[in-house]
Amino acid sequence: MTALAKNRRVLLGVLTGAALMSAGCVTINIYFPAAAAEKAADRIIDEVWQLKGGVPSSPPSPSSPSSPSSPAPKSDKPAAK
Amino acid sequence: MKPLFVKILWLVASLTGASQAFAQANLEINTPGIAAIQSSMQKRHAELAPLYGSGAVGLTRDGNVALRDAAAVPLPQRAAVNALIAAENQDRAALYREIARANNRPEWEGEIRNTFGQRWIDRAQPGWYVQNAGGAWIKK
Repeated sequence: MTALAKNRRVLLGVLTGAALMSAGCVTINIYFPAAAAEKAADRIIDEVWQLKGGVPSSPPSPSSPSSPSSPAPKSDKPAAK
Repeated sequence: MKPLFVKILWLVASLTGASQAFAQANLEINTPGIAAIQSSMQKRHAELAPLYGSGAVGLTRDGNVALRDAAAVPLPQRAAVNALIAAENQDRAALYREIARANNRPEWEGEIRNTFGQRWIDRAQPGWYVQNAGGAWIKK
């Protein structure tokens, strides 16, 4: 009889623990994941504004694509003057 | 004795597992609804981009677009531009709502909207107009 009662108490304790644990998980995850939201936003913005992967006309220099006079020789580094 | 313990263990596992699965958020989720809104916005962007460039339309703090300078739009086109802005804002609202809903967190809609608002502005091209924290228009 007492053994059964003890078992019940253990069972109750474990159940309470489980309930608390799950409640804790929910509480932790309820915060808004700001970093993930930014990533998600960036992915969608990339696609809506077609900023990546689509049809990039000049991927290396997006700053000034309308300067035909300087197409190439930037290999010269001013290391030794 | 043993079966009871197995039962308890199973119960604990299922309880924690279920609550975590329910609570797990994936904001990068892609549902058919989100994809449809996205492609609609992508098509509309071809018409909106020149309006951003001319300063007629700007990006607002709250993740929308708005008519900034009506004078930059020729009178006959103004109604069309207003319709374009309304359609874009409708899609944007639907997008923010759908992302929140897909995560079983409809209450996140406002925060998702704010996050998008910030990112649209951060990533706007030079020359476009965006709202600053006070709501004033600034040129990027």
